[in-house]
Amino acid sequence: MEEKDKNNHAGEQPEENKQQEEEQSRLNKKMNRRDILKGLATVPVLGVFAWGYYKKRKYDRVLKKVIRDELGMEYAPPVMATGPASGRQLRVGVIGYGHRGPQLMKAAGFLPPSVIDDMRKAAEKNPMDKRYRDFMEQDDLNIVINGICDIFDIHAEEQMAAAANLHKEGSEGKPAYPVKRYRTYKELMAADDIDAVIIAAPDHWHAPMTIEAARNGKHVYCEKPMTWNVPETYLVRDEVKKSGIVFQLGHQGRQTESYIKAKEAVGKNLLGKINLIEVTTNRNSPNGAWVYPIHPKASPLNIDWKQFIGQAPWHDFDLKRFFRWRCWWDYSTGLSGDLFTHEYDAMNQILGLGIPQYASGSGGIYYYKDGRTVPDVQHEVFEYPDRNLTLMYSATLASDKERGKVVMGHDGWMEVGSTLNVYADRESDRYRKLIKSGKIDPSLPIYSYSPGRKNLDAITTATEKYFAGRGLLYTYRGGKRVDTTHLHIKEWLESIRKGTQPSCNINRGFEEAITNQMGVIALRQGRRVEWDPDKERII
Amino acid sequence: MKNTCNYTIGQTSFLVTLRTLIGWHFLYEGLVKLANPDWSSAGYLLDSKGFMSGLFQSLTYSSSVLHTVDFLNEWGLILIGLGLILGLFTRFSTFLGIILLALYYLSHPPFPGLTFSVPSEGSYLIVNKTLIELAALLVLYVFPTRIGLDAVFQVWWKSRKNKVK
Repeated sequence: MEEKDKNNHAGEQPEENKQQEEEQSRLNKKMNRRDILKGLATVPVLGVFAWGYYKKRKYDRVLKKVIRDELGMEYAPPVMATGPASGRQLRVGVIGYGHRGPQLMKAAGFLPPSVIDDMRKAAEKNPMDKRYRDFMEQDDLNIVINGICDIFDIHAEEQMAAAANLHKEGSEGKPAYPVKRYRTYKELMAADDIDAVIIAAPDHWHAPMTIEAARNGKHVYCEKPMTWNVPETYLVRDEVKKSGIVFQLGHQGRQTESYIKAKEAVGKNLLGKINLIEVTTNRNSPNGAWVYPIHPKASPLNIDWKQFIGQAPWHDFDLKRFFRWRCWWDYSTGLSGDLFTHEYDAMNQILGLGIPQYASGSGGIYYYKDGRTVPDVQHEVFEYPDRNLTLMYSATLASDKERGKVVMGHDGWMEVGSTLNVYADRESDRYRKLIKSGKIDPSLPIYSYSPGRKNLDAITTATEKYFAGRGLLYTYRGGKRVDTTHLHIKEWLESIRKGTQPSCNINRGFEEAITNQMGVIALRQGRRVEWDPDKERII
Repeated sequence: MKNTCNYTIGQTSFLVTLRTLIGWHFLYEGLVKLANPDWSSAGYLLDSKGFMSGLFQSLTYSSSVLHTVDFLNEWGLILIGLGLILGLFTRFSTFLGIILLALYYLSHPPFPGLTFSVPSEGSYLIVNKTLIELAALLVLYVFPTRIGLDAVFQVWWKSRKNKVK
């Protein structure tokens, strides 16, 4: 102890320092404690957040599970075949290169070099323009187009250029092979180097061409509607069945994912007893009303007018009739054939409707006073007493009001388009308890599907719902966009290779054609028509 | 920053409350997006209007750019949220929050004549809640407090420096 004191006395200064240091250390510790408390002051907030987040997630999960268990819907998107075509190369002929012909050939992978040049330039100018990329990335269908036929020389030239452009080249490329232009469809159908034909001629030509193809053993992809009048409808069915060819009617909606999910929803009885289906097609532009542009170089010199008329009543050469043939009963079945058939086929796909028992119709030419004979405002009502439901079609060519396709049942209703939204009905028996307990809100979809989404949920955010309802979401994510027409042609080609039946085969085509004809007769004759299923006749 | 500690207890409390609330909002927005494997900013960006819409829309042109934007947005929101709640790297978090909110505001400016696909939950003319939240972060930026993990780090950093000396 003494020793220690001595040492301490030996240096008074260090002793003072030590005291100061100790004092400082005490202060520091005190400050540190205060600082640490200040530092950790908001940490409990994170705890409260974590608790709240856990509770919210748990609530959402329980809600989802309740709805999922109740609905029993598959939440995975439908399995759609992708990838390049397999099997032997098919040799195709294409008839018609007016409005739909170029779209079908594009979907099959063929465009004229000049169009590819334009698309490429457009993509360079505007990166949002994905047409070029989408076309180049489209799966190869393993076909060649050996023959084409169009009765307007300028269109035929373009069609030949497209058919020869196997490698999707611009004007720097060379034709891959010689393509034969046939002056008549009969010559094309008789060609030895053609296995299958795509028919994109005006409606009054669909049946004669399909029949000719079947008689020549050529497989057929025919644009809708399948027929223009009743007698040929039976003939088409008989010839196609007799020949054993693979027939696909051009309702590409068969490939739409949301329709496939809608069918599943109906199968799971989400809507209860379905009693009313409302399908609509509103358009409001000259193009939508079939007032297509008239080619400035078109004339009797480069159009085979006689062949255009075919089985239609004779009329002198008329460019309007040639380019806008849908406006006349002489060549088309108006709104019913052009637009209703797509709607009908969608519902036939989803609900397996078949042919209705009764049809009635009304309409008029109320906006386009341009000499047309087909109505621009039209309604058709089809009765299915055996199914206890009505299918109603309503259309105008002079209003763009979006109305959509709605299927109504006692327990719920659904709107089908590029997206699918299923809602519970406020007065539903099935969902009564869940609505009462607040687990189901009738103002929000109980099931929502947007193509391209990886997962499908009953509960999503308000923003998501808004986007999903308009098909705006997920367009640029989760895989490339695919043209449904491409898939529809692909299915047809695969069916030919495998000897199977495609989705819109001759039986579905017959149902479409008879239903269309019933609507047209009812409308034009102003009477209710009836289908006799035993005699297979429209009365 | 000077005079950081010369606030009254009330001033400090409400500045910290404001910071925590904004942090909470950021964190939850980020977590909701992260928890949803289908979430993408594509729809929002494509809906951009106003003088900078071209820039925002161009972010959707390439899927790799879009994925990066989505990743940065999700994790940006989460980390900024955590930073603001905990008071960790507070000034940096506040700064990033201001940038992010400015981008949101500029992509969907509530200017007369512009309408958006997503309906807003209120009525706005030039000023919307994003702009107000941005202004609140500016206030926090110029009135920092010493409440938060930064203070602990400062003490730890000082003691570490003293030890080295």
